[in-house]
Parts: sequence; C-alpha cells; structure tokens
Amino acid sequence: MSLALVARKSWFEATARARLGGLLDAGSLQEILPPGAAQPSPHLAALDLPGAFDDGVVIGRATLAGRPVLFAAQEGQFMGGAVGEIHGAKIVGLLRRAVQEKPAAVLFLIDSGGVRLHEANAGLIAISEIMRAVLDARAAGVPVLALVGGSCGAFGGMGIVAKLCSAILISEEGRLALSGPEVIETVAGVEEFDSKDRALVWRVTGGKHRYLMGDCAALVEDDIAAFRAGASEFVATWQEPLPSVANLRATQQRLENRLAAYATCRDGLQVWAALGVAQPEAVPLLDRDSLVALKEGLPT
Amino acid sequence: METLDFQFASAPVSRSAHAALCGVVGSGNLEILVQAGDQPATCQVSIKTSARGFGATWQAVLGSFAASHPAGGTRIDINDMGATPAVVSLRLAQALAEYRGGEQ
Repeated sequence: MSLALVARKSWFEATARARLGGLLDAGSLQEILPPGAAQPSPHLAALDLPGAFDDGVVIGRATLAGRPVLFAAQEGQFMGGAVGEIHGAKIVGLLRRAVQEKPAAVLFLIDSGGVRLHEANAGLIAISEIMRAVLDARAAGVPVLALVGGSCGAFGGMGIVAKLCSAILISEEGRLALSGPEVIETVAGVEEFDSKDRALVWRVTGGKHRYLMGDCAALVEDDIAAFRAGASEFVATWQEPLPSVANLRATQQRLENRLAAYATCRDGLQVWAALGVAQPEAVPLLDRDSLVALKEGLPT
Repeated sequence: METLDFQFASAPVSRSAHAALCGVVGSGNLEILVQAGDQPATCQVSIKTSARGFGATWQAVLGSFAASHPAGGTRIDINDMGATPAVVSLRLAQALAEYRGGEQ
C-alpha cells in the first residue's frame, strides 16, 4: 500500500465528529448544545427507541484556515442521518445565528436520507424550516457550503437542501438525489430502477455523475484533508451573488434544457455519451484528477 | 427499549472539567457520555438500550470495568443499539481515557 493511501483519512468512513476534527482548524471547534446540554428526541423515546445525545447532528463555530465559520455535521450512522424535530431545530437555529453573526461561511456536512420517518410531520416541518433558513442565510450574504461524501449521501429533503446551498463539494463516494434508489424501486418496480445494482446507483446519483452534470462545484478525493482544502478554497474565494429573478429564470431554462436532452436516458453511461464523453464506460474507473480534466475538456 | 441504572464502587478518577463522548448510536454500536458525578468513590451508570433482557450481562461488563479502571466520581450515560459486550468494554475504556484527558 502506498504512503498516500496510508495517510488518507476516509471522509466516507469517519463519524461526524471525526470529520469536523480534520476539517476545521485544530483547537478552534466550539460545539453549541453539546451532548448533555440538549434534550434527546422525545418522539424516539415515545416509540421506545434509544435516542442520541446530540440527536444526530453536531453544530457550532470554528475557524477554517483562520476564517470564522459556523458548522452543522450530520451523523449518518445514527438513524441514517435522518432529520427529526430537535435535529432540525439545531440546524435552523445555527443558520439563523449565521444571519446575525455573518461568519465567512456556514459549512453543512450533509449525510442524510432525509426526513426521520419516526417523527413524521415534525420531521417534514423541520426540513422545510431548514430550506427557508438556508435561503435566509444566503440572502443575508452568508454562503452555505454543502459537503457531501458520507455513507448516506444527500437524499430526500436533504437532497433539496443540498441544492439550495451556495455550492456543493462532493466526493466520488458521495451521492445526491431526491428519491433514494430503494424508494424508486418500491414505488415504480425493479424494471424502473434496480437499487441492488450498486454500480448503477453510483452512475445515476454518485459524485462523479453529479460533477459531470454541473450539479456540484467541485469533486474531491474521499479524504478529510481534501475536503478541508476544497472548503478552504471555497471560503476564501466565493462571493455570494445577490438573489436575482434573472438568475432563477436562467437556472430554470438550464433545467428545462437538461430534461429535454436526457429525459429518455436510462443510465449515467447514456447521459455521459450525450454530454460528449468519448468513452463513457471508462468514467467509473477514472481517478479524481483524470475526471476533472475530462470535464474541463467537454464541449459546453 | 429498556432503561437500566447501576452503581459500582470504583477507585476515584481525577475530576475533569470537560465531558467525554465516544461512539455513535448505530447498529451494534453505542455512545457513552462520561461526566463528573457527585460521589467520589462511585461510578453511576444509566443505560438506555434497544435490546431488552440483558441486565445481568450489563452488570457483569460494567462491574468488571469499574473494578479494573479508576472510574469513581463519574456519571456515565449510555445509549445502546445492540452493542456486544466486547464493544461495550472497548468503548468504556476509550471514553474514560478521553475523560482523563488522553487523546483516544
């Protein structure tokens, strides 16, 4: 095994707290509502299920390459990172604080399948409040950066939240979509989408596909240090644009064009061929740098 | 879910200003929060576990931990999702080491 592989710390395999430890400046992390200070989920207790002290999300403030940031990190290993009432309230409170404090950015480490179904309407309301709070922070000039590379990806309501953020930083292992593969298979049948075909799942929702499609601002290695480098560059260079109807119309047009161009495709391979990739079947095996070079060479 | 409470006599540990948290409430795993307690020679443990009927096993694993580690003067809260006794023992040692200020 090469030294580079030994030194790498996988983002995918790390817990939310381990990710934060490697992402932010050493010693700068101050957690808001640490374990013991907040109440665990009352809904899970009512269902006779053990909760987590932090309800599956760590929030707080820190510095990134010397700049002040607020952060929220979802723990994918606890109930699939799903958003319950307290989990959501912590994120919303953090985003509202960002409007007041105006940090250089909010870093949103997303690792979630969406709403926590055990909490039903409380979870749905929490997600809608997060959406509004993300847009309020951006309207106040605070960029919100989504970092997606955990085992649960960003699905359901959190897929929408990710796309509402200023930009998305994703790894090849990361996934981003609305309905998850198993949901699609359950609703529309295995002929429509085979959720057990992992390669297909990644060709349709995975980080490489999202990057090639222009859904994510940057593709990084599955390495906590690579996420740190990518996030530092974002915080140093990003200018949050003023909300504008013209931009929204342009985005709407771009999405309509995309639908017209790719609606009949059944697989990422077909989409990549239509994008102008000469050897689409080689894409899943490309390393990160080669894929970034490939995208830069594509016709726009 | 089952809630279990235990108290064990244990050699006093030096009091720490900060709490320590270890592990995640995931399948076969658990999280352990170690905080300062109010009785210097007693380790108080409160467990919420998804697996019912393992009270005797918890008592044996925690008793062995309290006898072999200085854990007096701590309050330990545990959220468990079916961790095996070996995982529980490792996490307890890890959490106490962190509480005492050692990194891992």
